[in-house]
Amino acid sequence: MSPRIGVVTFPGSLDDRDAARAVTIAGGEAVSLWHADANLHAVDAIVLPGGFSYGDYLRCGAIARFAPVMEKIVDAANGGLPVLGICNGFQILCESHLLPGALTRNDHLHFICRDQKLRIENNSSAWTNSFEVGQEIVVPLKNGEGGYVADERILDELEGEGRVIARYLELNPNGSRRDIAGITNAAGNVVGIMPHPEHAVEELTGPTTDGLGFFASVLTSLVTNGRVTV
Amino acid sequence: MSMDTVGHATETPTAEQPYRELGLKLDEYDSIKNILGRRPTSSELAMYSVMWSEHCSYKSSKVHLRQFGEKAPKNDAMLVGIGENAGVVDIGDGWAVTFKVESHNHPSYVEPYQGAATGIGGIVRDIISMGARPVAVMDPLRFGDPTNPDTRRVLTGIVAGISGYGNCLGLPNIGGEIVFDSSYQGNPLVNALCIGTMKHADIHLAKATGLGNAVILYGARTGGDGIGGVSVLASETFDADGPAKRPSVQVGDPFMEKLLIECTLEVLHAGLVEGIQDLGGAGISCATSELASNGEGGMHVWLDRVLLRDHTLSPEEILMSESQERMCAVVEPAKVEAFMAVCKKWDVEAVVIGEVNDSGRLTVEWHGEQIVDVPPRSVAHDGPVYERPYARPTWMDARQANGPENLARPTTAAQIQQTLMAMVGTPNLAAKTWVTSQYDRYVMGNTVLAQPEDSGMIRVDEVTGRGVAVSTDCNARFAALDPYLGAQLAFAESYRNVAATGAVPLAVTNCLNFGSPEDPDVMWQFERAITGLADACLEMNTPVTGGNVSFYNQTGDVAIHPTPVVGVLGVIDDVDRRTPMAWDEDGELIYVLGDTRDELAGSEWAHAIHNHLGGLPPALDLGKEKTLAEILVAGSRDGMLSAAHDVSDGGIAQTIAEMAMRSGKGARLWIPDNFDPFVFLWSESATRAVVVVARSEEMRFTEMCNARSFTAIRVGVVDSELGSIGDQVLQLDNVYGETLSVSISSLHAASEATLPALFG
Amino acid sequence: MARVVVDVKLKPEILDPQGRAVMGALGRLGLAGVADVRQGKQFVLSIDGDIDDAKLADINRIAESLLSNPVIEDYTVRVEA
Repeated sequence: MSPRIGVVTFPGSLDDRDAARAVTIAGGEAVSLWHADANLHAVDAIVLPGGFSYGDYLRCGAIARFAPVMEKIVDAANGGLPVLGICNGFQILCESHLLPGALTRNDHLHFICRDQKLRIENNSSAWTNSFEVGQEIVVPLKNGEGGYVADERILDELEGEGRVIARYLELNPNGSRRDIAGITNAAGNVVGIMPHPEHAVEELTGPTTDGLGFFASVLTSLVTNGRVTV
Repeated sequence: MSMDTVGHATETPTAEQPYRELGLKLDEYDSIKNILGRRPTSSELAMYSVMWSEHCSYKSSKVHLRQFGEKAPKNDAMLVGIGENAGVVDIGDGWAVTFKVESHNHPSYVEPYQGAATGIGGIVRDIISMGARPVAVMDPLRFGDPTNPDTRRVLTGIVAGISGYGNCLGLPNIGGEIVFDSSYQGNPLVNALCIGTMKHADIHLAKATGLGNAVILYGARTGGDGIGGVSVLASETFDADGPAKRPSVQVGDPFMEKLLIECTLEVLHAGLVEGIQDLGGAGISCATSELASNGEGGMHVWLDRVLLRDHTLSPEEILMSESQERMCAVVEPAKVEAFMAVCKKWDVEAVVIGEVNDSGRLTVEWHGEQIVDVPPRSVAHDGPVYERPYARPTWMDARQANGPENLARPTTAAQIQQTLMAMVGTPNLAAKTWVTSQYDRYVMGNTVLAQPEDSGMIRVDEVTGRGVAVSTDCNARFAALDPYLGAQLAFAESYRNVAATGAVPLAVTNCLNFGSPEDPDVMWQFERAITGLADACLEMNTPVTGGNVSFYNQTGDVAIHPTPVVGVLGVIDDVDRRTPMAWDEDGELIYVLGDTRDELAGSEWAHAIHNHLGGLPPALDLGKEKTLAEILVAGSRDGMLSAAHDVSDGGIAQTIAEMAMRSGKGARLWIPDNFDPFVFLWSESATRAVVVVARSEEMRFTEMCNARSFTAIRVGVVDSELGSIGDQVLQLDNVYGETLSVSISSLHAASEATLPALFG
Repeated sequence: MARVVVDVKLKPEILDPQGRAVMGALGRLGLAGVADVRQGKQFVLSIDGDIDDAKLADINRIAESLLSNPVIEDYTVRVEA
């Protein structure tokens, strides 16, 4: 039985299909979750995909954060369920306070889509254990509001506790503080990442297949933690 | 206040009506009176004035556009032809593809961001109304002089609008063009193309069949967007002391459009809809009259049921409103509840505003009063048809005689090197990364090729790998020199670009951007361009499936260059076999396919270096173009080609420079004997491509070219040893007796610097 | 019908690239001596009935949890006559 990975669709989610494809290629069973349905349908992990939920109106992720499904996700995440927030998903995780900090308008004010080099900084989270620390990967990045900010105290805490999971290399595409591309919570089950691993899972359509590692990681983590038996 | 009802109109036959202010001619006004047997009500006058406008009725272009139907090749791939919202093509395996390009030129000059954004919104709705899921967009854009400050205003706004709207919708932007020419200074061209895919069974037409079927308006609320001249009527019949009504700029809401896409596809797949129509130009007037015309009967509309954003709107204004993100569906009564439930799920407002009947009339009532009673075809289809006079302009001879022969050409290797660096960085040839990196190319996960590759290619079937490729092209300078040949060259370039990536060209769309149809010079250009394109499509067996005409692109008396943008769509059995443009391995051989002649008239070199436009465009042999395409497709399919790139603007020099920059790897090249180096590098002769062949495939490939009597000249070999890692070099031998050495990073720097410096 | 205005501003230490872009434009348009520009948002709520303390408390709650992101923004609430 493949682990069941829920992918949430909010009104305006765009990369939900792509996240589902990535889960399937990695060997999991993708389960579609609807924002208005306060039921996690016994999934073993959850992906909050990229896109423009609610058009990014008000603030990115600010409205999605109050969706019925999110209440259940917050509870489950606090109970250890692995949750990956990609781009808009990362924004929703910050608005929900499952992760610290916030994402703001890119410093150069343009939307940017590029193949971004990253360095993996932490491989003990549920979503990064298949990488080596220091491993360099290339994954597409596409956002207009991707600048990660937090006050100095929080940033120092993240660095001190090794909770930065990925950093931008060669070019900081959005003005994120300390070149932070992704972070994890203290327990290591909730990860937010700005670039899009789900777009780097096929040679045909992505710059690399480096993104698969994120999805492979959670499958491994679920088996290891006994959440899923294979 | 009195309502101008049908009854009132009958009783007051001589009432003065502002038909001129609404853009109608006296004979058109009389024609309306004949059709109705009385004077029109103010609402009916408003409907006719908008539906009979050039933009909606195509009155100046119909007589010429007929050629696309008359000369349509017999091609079984056409599932739905011209006339519907967008043409539909069978691509095999039960899949169909619909594609269309449209213009939003004038609004984009006034309000660049919203003009471009709503342009995308409109074309996407055209695609979903055919029953297809939109899968990609492309934007052919044309601007004025790059150094003119207004170009900056227009370009940055338009790019931001395309980015803001398209990215939010979740459609990958996979291609397009950015062209600069002072001809477009006061008239930027914003053409938007959308591709949609569906299974054959999902094709939906805009019909309103079935007595008693409900007509449902769903999507955004109706406001005062885009209402122009109709304000004249409003102030006539309503409160004269009301606030001054100004035409409001149409503002797009991409989130609403995304919801509309999902909602529409869900009701279509659930079989809840009999007919569907999007609301574009002329809003409700257009949707209701078109739906009623295409069906068998008539329709009655209760206009007061329309959900409004602005409650001060008069019925005339509601009929004319161009508020965005609205659609109209025809639904059987038994299915209305289910339809409404889907709308509710997606938070899309919907209301039944009408009913299909067999009266043969389109009637509209406002709070119980009849304000419209017309035969729907008279509004939507049987509008005026003009035979505008046209004649070859008197200045054409002089223009064609003024060739580039006397322009100073490079005659030494040093001058060739200088020219290369200048050309690579000239705005029309420079890298467009600054623009294209503002567009999402990855969303939906099926983008196989995107700009700067020759075509945008999308995987349609994730199991079989079947895909489609689209390219849009137009060299308007060639069209200015000879509109007939220029249109054919635009088609040939697009056809070639599709084949270069390994796809078989199947169908054509077009966006014809011209000056005023009231100018016989412009009309001549228009007629010649259409004839050229229709003739070419017939000869090449690729039917025109639909398109768009944009007239009145001129500033005062000066029209833009005739700009017939042609989009060709092709099919590839397995996207895995696609041919990219970059070479990869040392030892691979570089060939030029096709014949190079001294043809510099209208070239980018003549434009960029000498600001010259004159002479005759390059010659075109469509038979040879077809052979080249067959070679490129066979080469792709059978694995003979590692890479391919078409030769067009900037000639072979530009093609090779682009391949080198994309690959990052050096190569050793030479000018073949018997060619003047300058001519070989920058001539823009048609029907050529540069291809890369592995040594093991060379014999098979050259034999294939020989068998088809197609010229193939070896000009180089990939070689990374000429330079060091990170500092690769192109070496060019036999340049006026010398060898040139060009660093790829210097080419890169020159190419990438231009647009950020101008617009960043 | 009462009107309540909620003004939301970025906290002073947060980078405001949009404000900076506006400041650049002011200079080009000839307005000299502009030291800083910060861009914010204003929400105008039209609410039935009177704004009593309970209602005001509700509005503040909404302002804090939805209309603003306290990590990066401050807000003020003002009741108009």
